[in-house]
Amino acid sequence: MVFPQDITLRAIDLALARGGRRLAQGLSFTLQGGEALVVTGPNGAGKSTFLRVLAGLLAPAAGEVALDGAGVEAPGLAAHYLGHAEALKGALTARENLEFWSAMLEAGHGGLDPDAALGRVALSHAPDLPVSFLSAGQRRRVAICRLLVAPRPLWLLDEPTTALDAASQARLAALMKEHLAAGGLIVAATHGDLGLTARELRLGGES
Amino acid sequence: MRALAALFRRELRLSNRAGGGGAMGVVFFLILVTITPFAIGPDLNLLARIGPAILWIAALLSTLLGLDRLFMSDHEDGSLDLLEMSDAPMELVVLVKCLAHWAVTGLPLVVATPLFGLMLALEGDALWGVAASLAAGTPALTFIGAIGAALTVSLRRGGLLMAILVLPFTVPVLIFGVSAASAASGGTVPFLTPFLILCALSLGSMALAPFAAAAALRSGD
Amino acid sequence: MLKYANPTYFLRLTAAVLPWLWGAAGLTLGLGLYMTFAVAPADYQQGETVRIMYIHVPAAWLSMFAYTVMTLSALGTLVWRHPLADASQQAAAPLGAGFTFICLVTGSLWGKPMWGTWWVWDARLTSVLVLFLIYLGLIALWNTIEEPLKAARAAAILTLVGVVNIPIIKFSVDWWNTLHQPASVLRMGGPAIHPTMLWPLLVMALGASLLFVCLHLMAIRNEILRRRLRRLSYLAAEAADHGLEPPVEAGA
Repeated sequence: MVFPQDITLRAIDLALARGGRRLAQGLSFTLQGGEALVVTGPNGAGKSTFLRVLAGLLAPAAGEVALDGAGVEAPGLAAHYLGHAEALKGALTARENLEFWSAMLEAGHGGLDPDAALGRVALSHAPDLPVSFLSAGQRRRVAICRLLVAPRPLWLLDEPTTALDAASQARLAALMKEHLAAGGLIVAATHGDLGLTARELRLGGES
Repeated sequence: MRALAALFRRELRLSNRAGGGGAMGVVFFLILVTITPFAIGPDLNLLARIGPAILWIAALLSTLLGLDRLFMSDHEDGSLDLLEMSDAPMELVVLVKCLAHWAVTGLPLVVATPLFGLMLALEGDALWGVAASLAAGTPALTFIGAIGAALTVSLRRGGLLMAILVLPFTVPVLIFGVSAASAASGGTVPFLTPFLILCALSLGSMALAPFAAAAALRSGD
Repeated sequence: MLKYANPTYFLRLTAAVLPWLWGAAGLTLGLGLYMTFAVAPADYQQGETVRIMYIHVPAAWLSMFAYTVMTLSALGTLVWRHPLADASQQAAAPLGAGFTFICLVTGSLWGKPMWGTWWVWDARLTSVLVLFLIYLGLIALWNTIEEPLKAARAAAILTLVGVVNIPIIKFSVDWWNTLHQPASVLRMGGPAIHPTMLWPLLVMALGASLLFVCLHLMAIRNEILRRRLRRLSYLAAEAADHGLEPPVEAGA
């Protein structure tokens, strides 16, 4: 899977608010295909809000977000959002969950087969287990597989390493590097180190 | 199209798996039908006269029962966010979810109605009249209920509020549903008049409710 | 005693006993059905429809017997926390619901020619219907709680609460004097039913009880195996974390 070369994520004079309170303003940046942006900042600085605005799930308080070159009307339609909630149904098996999201989120072709994707996160034993049988870290890894079964150029990751052990963090880092190498973009909010060379955006520094 | 078919399949699967509660609506329906004669007495003539009304109220309540979970479980586990980021417009997502919900809760009610009607001493035409009116009317209940479910999606105790919001809007469905059912067992009104209005209510809510519910879901964040 | 209650031993024991039990159940039911249709006389008032009784009455007895089994198992769950008691409880619920349903349906078929209506809100019929609803509630509870231990305790509590209903069914006929025939087999001063009808009834009841025991034992076996499968799935999930092969149960 290789994404078009000239995909660019642009944020123009973005302002974030939550519950009527201004969290940040004047955020402008441009992110090219193959680049990653790490968002840092203390708790409550608006990292999650920022990602949700980029995903189109929240309207910005001011400014705008655009994704050029991906051929979609809204950035959210070419983005994957990996939030705190995993969007997995405990009653369905890992494969059924992934097959569903693959059909639902498909934005192009060349996604991995669910079984192959599970293999990439060392869960190839688990495709037929109901997700409710899995541990928190394993659920997280199934959720990461979603990024692989339906290729989308922009990955929005909110604390992606939560509940992951060292080996899984390394696998995630490898997957992210592959994604960047294929021309994808990553915006990740994190407290820790993702193992990537990335630009950094610090929120909540001034107040 | 493939996305919506996958969504429909997933909803059916979820309701069939453990804890899905697909059959729960029918059991609740049966319980309501059982409870009513305790309150009004076992007189079969009386039961036969108000049987259609009992069945309709029971269907209304059991349809509402499971509806508050329609969007809430997807909201809680983050699925709703991702559905919003799909190519499929939210209106169609709502439509498909409602149709799937009706298929696993409303349809079994319609199928069970003739059986439960026997317990209320309904016979022949009255039995089929109630079943036909429920088949035509319960989609309207599901779709109207979906608006309430979408409005209360992020509230922890949304179930009761949803019922309060939705029940007033179900009044026309109840009126024409019961009158179609009663007309089938003889009366001054021909069966088709209220029945066609009932169909119109269902089709109208099917066309409009997805827009309202999708708007409510989008503004829910 | 504890040795016999070990699930593995239970599986082996029942595997040996079940074929004989099935045979006994088949023979008794065959004999009972023969007596029902060939030996027992038609009733001078009710005609041939009286033969429904030979299915209806055993089903009614078993609907209550299943509840008794469930109650004892519920005590086993709550007092001894025994896994077999859990499985027995869970296995008895759908069986009880099934026999109750048969009882309701045959009663309804019998009522149509007798009373001219499919259903009468008579005290006894209605309390059987309530029993059916309690069974359905229990099944729903089992299906909703995923963790078997938690489900067993919750179902046990609900079962014991429902025990209140059984005497109500048994004595409701005396409490409310309605259309339904008063209990005629188990009453003071000996049965009021003629021996030519009593014997087929007793044979059918024995056959149906044997059938219940067979089905119950098989359902417990299934439940034990299902729980093992569930445990294996958990182990498989853990094994996936350590990059191990999934475990295979020896001798399963």
